[in-house]
Amino acid sequence: MIPAAFEYTKATTVAEALAALQAGGEDAKVLGGGQSLLPVLRLRLNAPSVLVDCSGIDEISGIREEGGKVVIGAGATHHAVMNNALVKSSVPLLAQATATVADPQIRHRGTCGGSMVHADPRADLPPVALALDAEFQIAGSGGQRTVKAAEFFQGPFETSVGPDEILVSVSFPKYDGWSTHYEKFNRTAQAWSIVGVAAAVRMDGGKIAEARIGLTNVGGTPMRASAIEQALVGASSLADIEAAAARASDGLAPFADDDADEEFRLHLARVLTKRAVAAASGLK
Amino acid sequence: MAPLDELKIGGMGASRRRVEDNRFIRGKGRYVDDIVLPGMLHMEVLRSPVAHARIKSIDTSAAWEIPGVRLVLTGETMAARNLAWMPTLSYDTQAVLATDKVRFQGQEVAAVVADDPYIAKDACSKIVVEYEQLPPIVNPVQAQAPDAPLIRDDKENQPTNKIFDWEIGDKAATDRAFAEADVISKTELHYPRSHPSPLEPCGSIADYDRATGKLTVYMTTQAPHIIRAAVAMVAELPEHMIRIVSPDLGGGFGNKVPIYPGYVVSILASILTERPVKWIEDKSGNLISTGFGRDVYLQGEIAMRKDGKILGMRMHTISDHGAFYADAQPTKFKIGLMHSAFACYDIPAAHLTSEGWYTNKAPGGVAYRCSFRVTEAMFFQERMIHNAANDLGMDQAEFRRVNLVKDDMFPYRTAFGFLTDSGQYKKCLDIGLEAIGYQNFKAEQEEARKRGKLLGIGISTMTEPLGAGNSREYDIIGIKMFDSAELRVHMTGKAILRTGAKTQGQGHETTWAQIVAHELGIPADDIVVEEGDTDTAPFGMGTYASRSTPVAGAAVAMVSRKIRAKARKIAAHLLEVSEEDIEWELGRFYVRGNPERGVTIQDCALAAYSNVPDGMEPGLENNAYYDPPNLTWPFAAYICKVEVDPATGVWDVLKFVAVDDCGVRINPMVVEGQIMGGLTEAYAMANMQYITFDEEGNCIGANYMDYLLPTAWETPGFELHEVVTPCPHHPIGAKGIGECATVGGPAAFVNAVINAIEHTGVRNVDMPLMPNRVYEALKTGSDISGMPPVRVD
Ligand SMILES: Cc1cc2nc3c(=O)[nH]c(=O)nc-3n(C[C@H](O)[C@H](O)[C@H](O)COP(=O)(O)OP(=O)(O)OC[C@H]3O[C@@H](n4cnc5c(N)ncnc54)[C@H](O)[C@@H]3O)c2cc1C
Repeated sequence: MIPAAFEYTKATTVAEALAALQAGGEDAKVLGGGQSLLPVLRLRLNAPSVLVDCSGIDEISGIREEGGKVVIGAGATHHAVMNNALVKSSVPLLAQATATVADPQIRHRGTCGGSMVHADPRADLPPVALALDAEFQIAGSGGQRTVKAAEFFQGPFETSVGPDEILVSVSFPKYDGWSTHYEKFNRTAQAWSIVGVAAAVRMDGGKIAEARIGLTNVGGTPMRASAIEQALVGASSLADIEAAAARASDGLAPFADDDADEEFRLHLARVLTKRAVAAASGLK
Repeated sequence: MAPLDELKIGGMGASRRRVEDNRFIRGKGRYVDDIVLPGMLHMEVLRSPVAHARIKSIDTSAAWEIPGVRLVLTGETMAARNLAWMPTLSYDTQAVLATDKVRFQGQEVAAVVADDPYIAKDACSKIVVEYEQLPPIVNPVQAQAPDAPLIRDDKENQPTNKIFDWEIGDKAATDRAFAEADVISKTELHYPRSHPSPLEPCGSIADYDRATGKLTVYMTTQAPHIIRAAVAMVAELPEHMIRIVSPDLGGGFGNKVPIYPGYVVSILASILTERPVKWIEDKSGNLISTGFGRDVYLQGEIAMRKDGKILGMRMHTISDHGAFYADAQPTKFKIGLMHSAFACYDIPAAHLTSEGWYTNKAPGGVAYRCSFRVTEAMFFQERMIHNAANDLGMDQAEFRRVNLVKDDMFPYRTAFGFLTDSGQYKKCLDIGLEAIGYQNFKAEQEEARKRGKLLGIGISTMTEPLGAGNSREYDIIGIKMFDSAELRVHMTGKAILRTGAKTQGQGHETTWAQIVAHELGIPADDIVVEEGDTDTAPFGMGTYASRSTPVAGAAVAMVSRKIRAKARKIAAHLLEVSEEDIEWELGRFYVRGNPERGVTIQDCALAAYSNVPDGMEPGLENNAYYDPPNLTWPFAAYICKVEVDPATGVWDVLKFVAVDDCGVRINPMVVEGQIMGGLTEAYAMANMQYITFDEEGNCIGANYMDYLLPTAWETPGFELHEVVTPCPHHPIGAKGIGECATVGGPAAFVNAVINAIEHTGVRNVDMPLMPNRVYEALKTGSDISGMPPVRVD
């Protein structure tokens, strides 16, 4: 498992990283925690000529509150995110989903931003960003721009971050008081999702007043189950949830693999949506 | 003088902490890859990306040009030394580096030797191989099609892809039993290909010294002496000039028994470069090319009377061996010990027919704690028994009770000719049933169903043959299957013990010392155990098939007794009495009738080097070769209770009870560790592990994203129980235990899941019982097969 040879630069500021990317030319690549990129290199599925290590850039690794939003530096590790008090109280769904990513060793190295930019259809964090209307701050030679989650994920392993850009942070609106649950269907402790459902609900008087649902691994990108977000409003029982969740698979065109064919995936999307919303809302 | 407390000196029955763990938990193990020799070069193997293709050309020129490359080897390089092909352990041949065709994805095509592994890897990617693709064959159905391409066109007298037909048993008697039967139960299934995936992949460092003519090979092998013999034959080097050293092994499970091309190429590379050459396989290489387990189809039938008595049994197996028939198994038996199936049941007539096929897949078949296909045999047996009880409408436990061999029937000759010698089968089963709460289960299951919950219970009872030889019947490529031990007691009463076995996690360094402690009273902590170096260890057949304790362990007891016999003579001399007047208690000789007057074993050791009686050779060392009179026959009852989630097909183990009778337990903690590990593997195979191939022959599952290994998170807890029926022929009454749980475990899980869903009409779901399969079975009420069905003739 030896990667092809590459050059390595360690950046300490965003400006330095951008310069290094420019200098590195076409197939230069950002290295975050390396938890997705290094396996790709070791399997020789990709052979970038230059790696620009951004894991030591302080300005992109913090987690802070700014303008009423929770801003997560792209370089914040999974471990930092899931244990951060602000994230736990204001974006609990992200903390919950992050806690299901891989294992503690990987969570100490892998980063929130790396997971988003890698955009593996099986990844657990992108559907959370989508469901919660997160925004992505991206830096390039022309300055910084902001992209909404709905536009950020463009296809399997494809985002709107250009080859000479870096992701600086992901900002989440605050969901204080929302009840949330990430329901992950996988086989072993550090395995990826076969299907996952990210659910956030705001309860009012024993009823669901607002709902946000993101789905993992039922398409090339994370999916937002908008249809049932509407249908869930007013739900006050498990039966109501079940009725709404039956539409969780509407409009999806998933792929098949050894774990699940199309039909089983759609079925799982429905079952897990019901479970996720039930767990989040506490409705019986 | 108070007698020694055997448990305090770490003797038999002491749960002594594993001495090898002192170095392992400190990261001080010394594996092949830890060894660095002066001037050492590094080798990397180029593997075929396709499953079946003719090699049109290989261009290595770009690889040679990379600075630091010392040697590039292809099939041609090997062929020039008559090494392009090597014999397998089943009298077939296997390509070392492909010359004519590649026959499976991952097959070794070329190798680069360079100053470091990075250069070697880069240079490999510069080798250009032109392939002309041929249609791949990925299962026996395709292999037997009339127009199937011939995989082994290199062989003479090989007109089809069939490797063998084999049979055993009494066909006429079995046919009669079926004619008389009230009920006949049929079972068809596939035991999928799985892989043991030891933590450490395979590797070697070959070090040929032209000045002395000596070849030293550090190698990941479970059987160093077999390797030495094979190297002598293949490489035509004199055996005394070959030294195989198997250092610490990061697991084996049968994966490190075969001889792999990488070893052979590294040896030639060292001879050619006159430098040590290290080859360390990567994990994908290990998964894609080395010894796997199973891949066998079963067509089985049981003939019964209405009262539950089994009259006869038929099995037909169709096995997929990959491109080379490279099973490591006793010569006489083409499909290993498949005919050990049903050995725990009293069945008058049985007949087994087997056919083996070549396919475009990696060779192997007997790895993964399987004791020569006993894993398949016991799984088939217990799935057939489960279906038979259902077809008869009889309770699973009762059906087994009716048919299990009774305690007073030993020694018992099975329909296939094995002699089982001891056991308390019913007692083990009853302990297990009691522990799992079998009595109330049916009511519990009914009640749960009303609440929409699916509970199931599965039983697996089996005895399996462990510990090959005896040497009359068991040999591998002509090498007889006995084993040996050599014991040297030093002047101060400390000792070194060497055996021909090779530990790879079983804890020999701990348990062998306990046998010596038991026989001689020397504290186990005073005995060091060494294995794996053919220059120092006595000849042995190695460690696999649960044979170490039954064979090498017996040799340890026997050599200790030889030492004791000599020490007794020395004691008589020291005590100035005749030998007949000497009595033995643990660790000490004394004068009969006068227990105060005695000498310790340590006194005798000192005297052996300083004060021997006239005419006696000095020293206190000896060796013993042990050829067991029979196999050992441990018994196990595994009972599993599961809950299936009807919405997702996920099943959870609510309770798992294991009752093992492996005879006398040398170190109960080590035995329990073997059982726990084995049950975890059984769970893995039942639940998640399998290696599949797509239509093109691409191996799906040659990485750990697709090939799942269970972790502590999902592995259920196991409740262990013990029954002890000593082995009548083993010097300390022990039976094998290393493989019982892996062998007998899978059927318990599968029977439990099937039991939970069989009210829908489902009879079988092939392993692994993944959620999608179980869900599909529940939804449709029909069987799920993991592979295309094979013809029934
Ligand atoms: C065994 C294992 C199990 C796993 N299981 C899961 C799981 O269950 N669920 C899950 O969601 N994930 C899982 N992962 C992936 C894990 O979440 C990774 O940490 C994450 O996907 C990548 O983050 P990273 O910082 O390591 O990025 P890297 O591997 O360093 O980079 C990944 C990609 O993102 C790019 N990149 C990284 N940072 C930036 C940046 N700031 N700007 C622009 N581009 C950037 C890189 O160029 C690269 O293309 C698993 C990984 C492993 C090894």
